[in-house]
Amino acid sequence: MNLIYMDHASATPVREQVIKAMVPYFDLQFGNPSAVYDMGFNIKQVIEEQRAHVARLIGAKANEIIFASSGAEANNLAIKGVALAGQKKGKHIIISAIEHHSVLNSARFLERMDFEVTFLPVDEHGLVDPERLAKVIRPETILVSVMHANNEIGTIQAISELSSICREKGVIFHTDAVASVGNIPVDVNVLGVDLLSLSGISLGAPKGTGALYFKKNIRLMPLIHGGIQEMGRRGGTENVPGIVGLGKASELAANEISAKKDQLQKLRELLVSGIQEKIKKVTLTGHPDKRLPGHASFCIEAIEGEALIYMLNQDGIYSNTGSACASKALKTSPVLVAIGVPPDLAQGSVVFTMNNNSVQEVRYVLEKLASAVEKLRSLSPIWREKTA
Amino acid sequence: MYTDKVMDHFSNPRNAGVIENADGIGEVGNPVCGDMMAFYIKVKDDKLDDVKFQTFGCVAAIAVSSIVSEMAKGKSLKEAKLITKKTVTESLDGLPKEKMHCSNLGAEALAKAIKDYETKISE
Repeated sequence: MNLIYMDHASATPVREQVIKAMVPYFDLQFGNPSAVYDMGFNIKQVIEEQRAHVARLIGAKANEIIFASSGAEANNLAIKGVALAGQKKGKHIIISAIEHHSVLNSARFLERMDFEVTFLPVDEHGLVDPERLAKVIRPETILVSVMHANNEIGTIQAISELSSICREKGVIFHTDAVASVGNIPVDVNVLGVDLLSLSGISLGAPKGTGALYFKKNIRLMPLIHGGIQEMGRRGGTENVPGIVGLGKASELAANEISAKKDQLQKLRELLVSGIQEKIKKVTLTGHPDKRLPGHASFCIEAIEGEALIYMLNQDGIYSNTGSACASKALKTSPVLVAIGVPPDLAQGSVVFTMNNNSVQEVRYVLEKLASAVEKLRSLSPIWREKTA
Repeated sequence: MYTDKVMDHFSNPRNAGVIENADGIGEVGNPVCGDMMAFYIKVKDDKLDDVKFQTFGCVAAIAVSSIVSEMAKGKSLKEAKLITKKTVTESLDGLPKEKMHCSNLGAEALAKAIKDYETKISE
């Protein structure tokens, strides 16, 4: 049985060219980049080339990129780094209600350090209202963070509108772009952001890689104190093979991204219309149009997501869910709660994130999904109530 | 994450469905908190002549319901009352820790169905 992978928001395979580029930096070019002899110096040069590749992918300058160990670390550095460096100006920060845990829990940490956090609600599609943002900014607000695209519901925010409000009011704006960089064109100048997080997992780079873009004038307190690696913003000997992997993947993505979008959008439309045709009582979550091209997410009535994921797994299909039963904490996804999905419906969450998938694969998923839903509904007491 | 036994009962649930004119019905849980189970029993000569269930919930919840129905079917009411969370978990060769509380409701639902039957006949 062929495996059909539709969970690209969780991880993407590392591409062959990327692995090839990385290999020499494990054994042949193993030196410490801080060393002054030739091998150290050469590796340092290579790191700077990768910085330029990552910068080019998002329209930034090389000296505005800090390498990190993940999107989560980049988010932590952005939120805590800006807050700790700017606390003399004020101790109020604003984040949206649908942020990734690495932003949300960084903000919660700051709350314990006497910062005040405002959580911006979103509408039923997951969009932040710019007017609402303008209203909650105060003189002591130092940072606003709103994610570019949401990994669970696919919605893409109007970041440039939100960032321009912050710019007018002199507030630093960060966006978590882990779900968007690699999937859609992202340009920090178009978005108008001061900081942006990205991750290797969305890019075909290895896990354990990520980067933070920060505008030159932004003051940032390091979280890892050490040497002067990464312009003094992050101590620790650089993960050279990882950085080379992220650089290579960024270089490849920069050349492919526009072409990929149309193909992915076609697959998504096929999947969305197919599901709505084949399965009764199903809701598309997130925005119908303003969403990641390869992202399709649903809540299916009267079934539970974890059971559905396991059933699809048996048919060789890998997908994801925001169901409470599938989370270790047994809590419904805060994103689904924030967009107003009732808790029983949220149990039936299923998320497909496509990348190099085919029309044939989408058709197979549609067929297997419809029969899995039928089987689970035949077991479900609440489906009986609905049809009675 | 799940044992082979759990996956077997999840993939091929035994005794799924409804008994029309059941002698006893037991419902536990609710869809808002995650899992919900309904057990239906038919009693003959103080024995569980037939047991069926319906479950809304995760892999564990479905497997628990299935094995409880299998453990109970054909047993005397007295024997069926000895089915507990613990014996259910053992019969499934174990359940993940976080699933013990919310998904392991089968024995409770069965006990409720038996109680429902006993209440009815004593009336």
